[in-house]
Amino acid sequence: MIGHRVHRDLARAISAVENGITDYRGALAQFAAFGGPVRGDRRADVIGITGPPGAGKSTLVDRLIEGFRADDATVAVIAVDPSSPFTHGAVLGDRVRMQRHAGDPGVFIRSMASRSAGGGLAPATRDAVRLADEAGFDIVIVETVGVGQVELEIVAVADVIVVVTVPALGDGVQAIKAGLTEIADIFVVNMADRPGANASAVDLKHMVREGKRDIPVLQTIAQDGTGVSELLEVLNAKRNGDDTNAVRAVRFEVVRRARDEAVRRALATLDTHDAAAVLDRLRDHELTRNDAIDALALMLGGPAHAH
Amino acid sequence: MPIKVLVAKPGLDGHDRGAKIVARALRDAGMEVVYTGLHQTPEMIVNAAIQEDVDVVGVSILSGAHMTIFPKIMTMLSEREVDDIAVVGGGVIQEDDIPKLKAIGVREIFNAEASTQDLIDGIERIVAETGRDRTRRASTGSAQGAPAR
Repeated sequence: MIGHRVHRDLARAISAVENGITDYRGALAQFAAFGGPVRGDRRADVIGITGPPGAGKSTLVDRLIEGFRADDATVAVIAVDPSSPFTHGAVLGDRVRMQRHAGDPGVFIRSMASRSAGGGLAPATRDAVRLADEAGFDIVIVETVGVGQVELEIVAVADVIVVVTVPALGDGVQAIKAGLTEIADIFVVNMADRPGANASAVDLKHMVREGKRDIPVLQTIAQDGTGVSELLEVLNAKRNGDDTNAVRAVRFEVVRRARDEAVRRALATLDTHDAAAVLDRLRDHELTRNDAIDALALMLGGPAHAH
Repeated sequence: MPIKVLVAKPGLDGHDRGAKIVARALRDAGMEVVYTGLHQTPEMIVNAAIQEDVDVVGVSILSGAHMTIFPKIMTMLSEREVDDIAVVGGGVIQEDDIPKLKAIGVREIFNAEASTQDLIDGIERIVAETGRDRTRRASTGSAQGAPAR
């Protein structure tokens, strides 16, 4: 039974990780001291919801909560919205669409600011998901920020990824571009009552047919719930474990390549003269190795890091 | 760490332009602002505040129902052992009622004359005063919170 105290303790454990006060293990220990994680042997199924801004991700999540609760499954939602790169402030508005579940102890909703992490998630999202899992929720839904084509961090967090799109965002060429479309386990064309929905679904189906994996392409109208039961059916089939492991390899490949690409881009911006100067100082014992690593990481755009 | 604020609109009044302006001003001041939308019950507000683990709940009330809504929120925060979350109010609230609200623990009331800068300063001051320090809370909170469900 998940009660209000679990909500509070989980929320505070997530904050502790989010604010760098403790790491995941510390948060878990703290959480346990409160009376504890109630997780037995089962693990939560983690569903990732991603797609461009305004595609209806939050409204769809609201419908999924409703569907899973009808089956008595408990649901935690981690919803990420962007932080301002200028002020670091954020308006976290995903709850607005999910508020009818606010009184249900079987539902925990946590908004997270991305805190300038790229990739569509916040730095602490992964740990928040693990903590929600430990708290005993049956299903954890992770909603990414509205993404473009290359924010793919969700791959490293979710067991099943739903890519939500809307009609007329692009033609068949968009559908075969690399990135977002490569990580989908399920495609959803939301707002399917709008013109071009069928054409968008057909483009995606053509793309899927040429690929190696069988990826369902569904149409929904999250606003009124149309098509959601089909999506729930597919999600439940995936949860009961058919091919999620088979796709994992593809995911790792995508993550690895995304990381390589990020490194390549960062290196392209490196001032080789400055970098050489740091390495010279290392050679002359003016810097420790860690200092040199920090200095180079700083040049590559990373945050300063204490070792 | 950024200050985290819940901006809540309880009750039946359907006017949230002010709440949205506030949300944006706090964002521009570097805060993380959770916005919950219209027509919130006190219970929805308290649950959201708990799940989001905010430092401050800002409640905007234009309907005149503040003397029923604030006490419910304060009682529920206390019952759920999260009364370290500060509550502030805004909207249309009579001068006479302000001391009564403060007596039940509402930290500050920002009326229509308050600028968004007043609001930002007020929230920053309250968080600094309360010292609602997540570090301390994370380490000592577990000892206090030991009673199991």
